[in-house]
Amino acid sequence: MDGVAVDGVERSFRGRGRRGGDVVALHGMSLRAAPGEIVAVVGASGCGKSTLLELICGLQAPDAGSVHADPAVLMPQRDLLLPWASALDNAALALRVRGVPPGKARIEAVPWFERFGLGGFEHARPAELSGGMRQRVAFVRTLLAGKPVLALDEPFAALDALTRQEMQGWLARALAEEPRTVVLVTHDVEEAVVLADRVVVMSPRPGRAVAELPVELPRPRHRTDAAVVALRERALEALGAPA
Amino acid sequence: MNRAPRILAPLAIVLALLAAWESYALYSGVDRLILPAPHEVAQSLWNDRSLLWEDFTVTAGEVLLGVLVADIAGFACAIVLHRWLTLRISFYPLLIASQTIPIVMIAPLLVVWLGFGIAPKLVIIGLVSFFPIVVTTLDALARVDPELPKLLRTLDASRWRTLRHVELPAALPGLFSGAKIAVVVAVIGAVFAEWAGSSSGLGHLFQQAIPNLDTARAYAAVVILSAFAITLFGLLTLAERLIVPWAHEPPDGRNR
Repeated sequence: MDGVAVDGVERSFRGRGRRGGDVVALHGMSLRAAPGEIVAVVGASGCGKSTLLELICGLQAPDAGSVHADPAVLMPQRDLLLPWASALDNAALALRVRGVPPGKARIEAVPWFERFGLGGFEHARPAELSGGMRQRVAFVRTLLAGKPVLALDEPFAALDALTRQEMQGWLARALAEEPRTVVLVTHDVEEAVVLADRVVVMSPRPGRAVAELPVELPRPRHRTDAAVVALRERALEALGAPA
Repeated sequence: MNRAPRILAPLAIVLALLAAWESYALYSGVDRLILPAPHEVAQSLWNDRSLLWEDFTVTAGEVLLGVLVADIAGFACAIVLHRWLTLRISFYPLLIASQTIPIVMIAPLLVVWLGFGIAPKLVIIGLVSFFPIVVTTLDALARVDPELPKLLRTLDASRWRTLRHVELPAALPGLFSGAKIAVVVAVIGAVFAEWAGSSSGLGHLFQQAIPNLDTARAYAAVVILSAFAITLFGLLTLAERLIVPWAHEPPDGRNR
């Protein structure tokens, strides 16, 4: 396993800019994630973060540079649960689309519901679940894909502040139990510092890594810990936010 | 709305319209051979019941079979057009054009080609029903979140499994919306088709009744057709609630 290695990647989109010009999404972007490492990527909206994840997942190819990654699965910002299927079937979708028969897929998915605080919600339909619960189901679906790399695209951005904090704690515990190589894209610096082993700060478009902050803090971390607050300030500074 | 007003309100409106129609027909001096009074229509409904019923079963059979064929063909066509952009671009204008063909123009041609049996009726019913079904099904497919196919690709889903697990269920609400429009236009299509060449059915009955100045009987046939369309529409609404209950829910749990 070699985790994720993105080296000097260029990626532009033809004719998507103002007056039909090209948009350069990434310019000289490099990123590494060792196997089992949690790397958070922070940057302003539109800095090419989602493009980076799609490159890692193999959904796009770079114009220049190289992307080497273990097989990766995408967890998009919206949970994208199928409204007609139960929570269990939504999680089991990751198995079903690989040809696992329905009964077997459900049996395989059930234990994950117990482990990740979803016990009793197996048969609820997505419309009956809260935003936080829906993201949990989406995360179980992501894990059931059985890929060594998780590409998380602002997974909690659509949640309210309280639920987001709760879910950050939940994700930290889930990843402690089920270690994976994680590339977590977020615009929430605090989320990055609380969850990641390393925070990579991206410049505005065209995006590239401008700073890298190792987060060598014991877990569980709290957003009020002095060390977390200090790192958050450093990351914000690197982002160019006024102090 | 409560249950009682839901039935009483449309009933009251129908009764008010009937009352207005009745007094207009009786007191305005309009030729009753052109506009019969509702009580004459009701009389005809009762007196000609066996004749009307016989013709109705013919028309109803054509409508049901025609809409069923259009449902299957329209749904399949929408899936194909959705999957292949080139086909969609190439065939959409033709599809729209097909809807503008006046039935009265092609109906005689179809009779020449296909005879006086059920085949030309099915073609016409299919033609008018096909379009709403394809359009609403395509719209339902277009509403699938564009991120979903990406997610499925990272889950290693094949095109076929994406179709089977995501696109087919997502298209179902569109099929129901289309079918609800289709059953109503299919009834009109069936009448025109029978008018053009047929020895039975309510369209044939129109063709016989109107030159014979038996207007009340023709209106009785209209009443039956309306009731039939309303019934089909209601049954489809019911089936929609049972089969695709998620279609009328908020798209996600954000409001909860």
